Amino acid sequence: MPEVRLPTVLRPHANGASTVTAAGDTVGELFDDLVRQYPGLASHLRNDDGTLHRFVNVYRNDDDIRYLDKLDTKLEESDVVSILPAVAGG
Amino acid sequence: MLPPVSGPSFPAGPRLRLTAGQFNEIVAHCYDGLPDEACGLLGGPVDAAGVPEGTVTTVYPCRNEDASARTYTIDSRDHIKALRAAEEAGGDLIGVFHSHTHTEAYPSETDVRQAVEPNWIYVLVSLKHEAPVFRAYRIVDGTIGEVPVEISR
Repeated sequence: MPEVRLPTVLRPHANGASTVTAAGDTVGELFDDLVRQYPGLASHLRNDDGTLHRFVNVYRNDDDIRYLDKLDTKLEESDVVSILPAVAGG
Repeated sequence: MLPPVSGPSFPAGPRLRLTAGQFNEIVAHCYDGLPDEACGLLGGPVDAAGVPEGTVTTVYPCRNEDASARTYTIDSRDHIKALRAAEEAGGDLIGVFHSHTHTEAYPSETDVRQAVEPNWIYVLVSLKHEAPVFRAYRIVDGTIGEVPVEISR
């Protein structure tokens, strides 16, 4: 199953884990499984309309999925999905 | 402007230590970004708990995804590259810098609202005056604490 690396800020929603595993053929499916395991993550990953949350960056093997197929980005068993909080301000 | 918080209510942290060369690199990147805000990340050593020791090992100038004079977002591709480079060097990302083109070197309400790393050092460079003003802060649960800055040769 793909490995998912969580940023410090999301770890409290996953029992403190920095790395978890989740199943899915796409990033969207992987998020479905992640949220099944850790419901507290839901609002941090996607907006109410199901699109990727603006304040997280999601990478498949260090490539930002916004520049791939977004939540439809395909995953292999050996892929590593990294989630980082967007670093932003005014 | 939000009031600074200090004293026992604010968790203690390290001071920011950087070289004159790194200081200049940060300020130069901020001027290069004009008229927009410029931004970048800071890498350095962290302790066993992941808390920055305060020393800057590497400055990672990044693109401002917003290309705006009012807001910044670190380009997501630059972010992951900087993170991996910092990890490879045996450390981690320890903070972020960005410029304020027409306001003081103090975190804005947006900066405070969007700060997600309580251990990070948030560097503000104001270009409002003739000379740049460089200040550093930590932002923890919506409160701002100033971080002393030490510049060495």
